[in-house]
Amino acid sequence: MNDTDQSIPVVEINGLCKWYGDFSALYDINLSVANGEKVVVCGPSGSGKSTLIRCINQLEVHQTGTIKVSGREVKPEMKGIELVRRDVGMVFQSFNLFPHLSVVDNLTLGPIRNFGMSKAEAKKTAMAYLERVQIAEQADKYPVQLSGGQQQRVAIARALCMKPKLMLFDEPTSALDPEMISGVLDVMIELARDGMTMIVVTHEMGFARQVADRVVFMDNGEIVEIADPETFFNSPVTDRAQLFLSQLLSH
Amino acid sequence: MLILYAVYRVNDVLVYHWNWSRVFNFVIRVDEDTGALVPNLLLHGLATTLRLALWATVLATIIGLVMGYWRTSKNLTLRMISRCYVELIRNIPPVVFIFIFYFFISSQLFPVIGIEDINKEGALVNNGVFQFFFGNPSLLSNFLAGMLCLALFEAAYITEIVRAGIQSIDKGQWEAARAMGLSRFNVLRDVIMPQAIRKILPPLAGQFITLIKDSAIVSLISIQELTFLATEVAASTTKVFETWILVAAMYFVLCYGFATLFRYLEKRAAKAQR
Repeated sequence: MNDTDQSIPVVEINGLCKWYGDFSALYDINLSVANGEKVVVCGPSGSGKSTLIRCINQLEVHQTGTIKVSGREVKPEMKGIELVRRDVGMVFQSFNLFPHLSVVDNLTLGPIRNFGMSKAEAKKTAMAYLERVQIAEQADKYPVQLSGGQQQRVAIARALCMKPKLMLFDEPTSALDPEMISGVLDVMIELARDGMTMIVVTHEMGFARQVADRVVFMDNGEIVEIADPETFFNSPVTDRAQLFLSQLLSH
Repeated sequence: MLILYAVYRVNDVLVYHWNWSRVFNFVIRVDEDTGALVPNLLLHGLATTLRLALWATVLATIIGLVMGYWRTSKNLTLRMISRCYVELIRNIPPVVFIFIFYFFISSQLFPVIGIEDINKEGALVNNGVFQFFFGNPSLLSNFLAGMLCLALFEAAYITEIVRAGIQSIDKGQWEAARAMGLSRFNVLRDVIMPQAIRKILPPLAGQFITLIKDSAIVSLISIQELTFLATEVAASTTKVFETWILVAAMYFVLCYGFATLFRYLEKRAAKAQR
């Protein structure tokens, strides 16, 4: 299997189902994400959006169906899940920076431990990514000293330091004050323009319109509609999508 | 008021003859040969108590770290082993545990590891450094027995301290670290344990102080620490009150001293975090 083969879908999900006891969290999910594609997943709370992307890197385990990342199937409790995770970067709603490490140490930890990189080399890479997210001057600060928007940008840089093939964003701006949201979204737009394959769970519809190649609308654990942004926002096919959009736009 | 009344009762009713100097003599005495001040029984006992507390805490922390991690493990066997250990110790009285364990280790374990066969005069044990840390070599098996009993007992409590420390770390830390592709070992070493240690240290320091007090229990199995020697002094001098009041004061100074030290260290650490 050629890792750099651009034609293999970065993510391929078939018949994915996940349930907790009687509650069905995901039902019959089928989704394929091509190299360089930006997919935005939206929908009401509890629709399973976060669960879906967390299944991709096995932070949640699924019961039936297959998930393939770059052609490699990911299964619950599989050996070597670490190798898959090194190719998949994740950005969390609550940032999850390591508070006992400085910003630059947060970034270098992954490459040093996973690739055996030297500290100097890792630091060079880290500083480059910090520049890219426009936060290089905070390199020696600790997360607690940064604002939410700054922390999230550090989190994005931290994920990028592992040079992933795929970036997953789990509501990256939902915990931010409004004035910081655009700072983080700008970084994500840049990242998209540079060709990164991204799956973004978000409520930021402006971002979706601007960046997404496809919009996936979920409700009650199922994918209800998949369409390109133009179609989805202007003429959604399904009733549920129409309802969701009308509620969104009424704010 | 109560103290005055007690003193009155002791003096008038029991017709007790106070003699502090005789008891002080057991703390520090003048050596007949050299004329210099030399520590006597009670100070030796204090030193032994300190050594017991120190080494028992070290050993108990090692055991507690392992067991505490096992308590949080995904592996059911490890979880059960550590849970049983903790529940066993926490539900029987310390004295009973120590009696059982002491007779087990002294009759089974020590002969196996040959502690009695160590050359008491040999260079390994008969030097100043060893004696500073472990006390008189001839009392080594005695000391080890007391230390092992205390360590095993306290480790159960430290297990819970460690478990609480690990579980108090936000799940998001685990998720972010695992999502980066770090191995389970590296997640623990670089992300979880550094944060958990900071939460564990303050209660651990408190446990050390508790151990200083708990160590008095091993006097019941004739370990030559402060309480045991105090009973000997009290018996031979019949100066019961002076002996015990003095010994209480010694424990107090020790515990309060460490408590103050730890409070100071905690404050300094908190300031360094700013």
